[in-house]
Amino acid sequence: MQIFGHSLQELFPQLLLGLINGSFYAVLSLGLAIIFGLLNIINFAHGAQYMIGAFLAWIGLTYFGVSYWAALVLAPLLVGLLGVLIERLMLRRLYQLDHLYGLLLTFGLALIAEGVFRNYFGISGESYEVPELLQGGVNLGFMFLPLYRGWVVVAALTVCFLVWFAIERTRLGATLRAATQRPDLVQALGINVPLLVTATYAAGSALAAFAGVLAAPVIQVNPLMGSNLIIVVFAVVVIGGMGSILGSIVTGVGLGLVEALTKVYYPEASAVVIFLIMVIVLLLRPAGLFGRQA
Amino acid sequence: MRYRTLIQATGLALTLAAAGAAQAQISDGVVRIGVLTDLSGAYSDLSGQGAVVATQMSIDDFLAQEKPDFKVDMVSADHQDKGDIAANKAREWFEQGKVDVVTELVNSSTALAVQKIGKEKNRVVLISGAASTKITNEECNDVTVHWTYDTYSVANGTAKAVVKQGGKTWFFLTADYAFGQSLEKDASDVVTANGGTVLGAVRHPFPGSDFSSFLLKAQASGAQVIGLANAGTDTTNSIKQAAEFGITPKQSLAGLLVFITDVNSLGLKATQGMYLTEGFYWDLNDETRAWSKRFFEKHKRMPTMVQAGQYSSVMHYLKAVKAVKSDDTQKVMAQMKKTPVNDFFAKNGQIRDDGRMVHDMYLFQVKKPSESTGPWDYYNVRATIPAAEAFQPLSASKCPLLKK
Repeated sequence: MQIFGHSLQELFPQLLLGLINGSFYAVLSLGLAIIFGLLNIINFAHGAQYMIGAFLAWIGLTYFGVSYWAALVLAPLLVGLLGVLIERLMLRRLYQLDHLYGLLLTFGLALIAEGVFRNYFGISGESYEVPELLQGGVNLGFMFLPLYRGWVVVAALTVCFLVWFAIERTRLGATLRAATQRPDLVQALGINVPLLVTATYAAGSALAAFAGVLAAPVIQVNPLMGSNLIIVVFAVVVIGGMGSILGSIVTGVGLGLVEALTKVYYPEASAVVIFLIMVIVLLLRPAGLFGRQA
Repeated sequence: MRYRTLIQATGLALTLAAAGAAQAQISDGVVRIGVLTDLSGAYSDLSGQGAVVATQMSIDDFLAQEKPDFKVDMVSADHQDKGDIAANKAREWFEQGKVDVVTELVNSSTALAVQKIGKEKNRVVLISGAASTKITNEECNDVTVHWTYDTYSVANGTAKAVVKQGGKTWFFLTADYAFGQSLEKDASDVVTANGGTVLGAVRHPFPGSDFSSFLLKAQASGAQVIGLANAGTDTTNSIKQAAEFGITPKQSLAGLLVFITDVNSLGLKATQGMYLTEGFYWDLNDETRAWSKRFFEKHKRMPTMVQAGQYSSVMHYLKAVKAVKSDDTQKVMAQMKKTPVNDFFAKNGQIRDDGRMVHDMYLFQVKKPSESTGPWDYYNVRATIPAAEAFQPLSASKCPLLKK
């Protein structure tokens, strides 16, 4: 069977790769969406936090013998703590101001982080080995799937589901959502809103670091790995609807698939296609696919 | 008050005039070298701060060995891999900064922009890091020297060797911009000229991070060799992911532009057995080892060919200035072209009229982890490609200067 001149044999592997990349987009854009949804902060440091997550995994393994599995928990925790500091010491002072200030602050922090890592590790990056348990792959008939890539999809989508569940289906999530709408009222009910906000920023940062650890065995760990990806992820969030949790997950995966198909039919455009979609979506539905009109 | 200022100014002018008279031929009494390079981006490991260190070594050695009667100093700046930033900086240096020569210029778009400014201002431009053969072809001029390597010389060495080893069918993975396309074209020509066939190519956006889709296309082509017509992190990620998807070692990879910093970052396990062509390796002979050891002490990393070539080009320039007792561009260029380059980097190197410095290139094969004695011990020398064969022959050149 042929679809526009390409056999299914050819399309399946590319779609699967699209799903893998889409899972990365989903985890990263989810973190951004949470932070924007609850704090109204455009977290430009997200790419840097992703990069730091990957580097922490590498540093842990190289200097302290920390395994991949431990890093998957530890790196997000550490980056989450860093997030607490950033929120408490800096971001907190900007909530009353225009979005632009938060953007500038986090962008500045990202540049500083990249500069520091570049200074110590150079630009070529470091190699992180695939953990032993997940080395090798399975032959699916139409392609050879490295086990690790399979794990990425499972891990990423599980985390996405858990986060979605926590925010949309639990009491804690309900409180969070209420705090976004009417912080004063929620505060009056005796709930510590500033603490909630701090925890949210930390959780969003931790998600970025989690994606970083997931990515470390797949791409070279280097100081610019985040800034190369962050623009695409922002486009995902805009298309999905700023602040929409489900929107960012579905859009992340969906755009991964669209990108994969572009790579089959016209690879030169694969870096542009997401932005093309963004333009179209913004023209037709300015609030994004899943966003509500303000 | 105003009167006093006037007197001071006059005094200053007199002093300057006197200094000028003593060193009549060196403008401003100082030879100032501008290092314009990538200090923060994708190419900052292979050139960057290391190129600044190499330039300073070159100046220090020149002052110590040649004891010239003029001063030499250096300024450096980050061109951020952008042609317009590089051009503006070069213009500022030439017009206000008393800079006599702009050097390094990794990234072809910056090199092509600055060589035009050099021509306009009649100042020397020494290019070490950039790769495009355009520099000495369509865009060539009489103030520019292209020192270390170009896409022709690296593609030529590697592609020829791989075809001779039996890698007859090729598929290219190409960075979709001027540099990648030029590399793909140069390598394709060599492959077909040596009896191989090119089955196809896929162009990937630059810079990328996930190459698996493109690699699967290369795999589906069934080619024996996948030629990587890209550089830097694009190359390292392609190599890493080819191994992940089980494409290597069934099909082999040919990195058309690989630097020792890339091998260092990927490790030998992922790169072993790969062929690559470079103009320099620290462990070639006693001379290269001695220089590289000094470099390592200052920079804590072994030099790339770009950094070694940077030292060599600056030294050759300074010696020419001393020989003609002038920093006049045309006089210095004539002297540089007249004198063969003989140092740890090149033996009997020659600057041709198109601005190409031709010297021997080397074909290397990356060592197995078991063969390596430690960090930076990465290459086995497989062949020395003589200068006459390594670079594009003048007969094929598109440089207008040659048609006089």
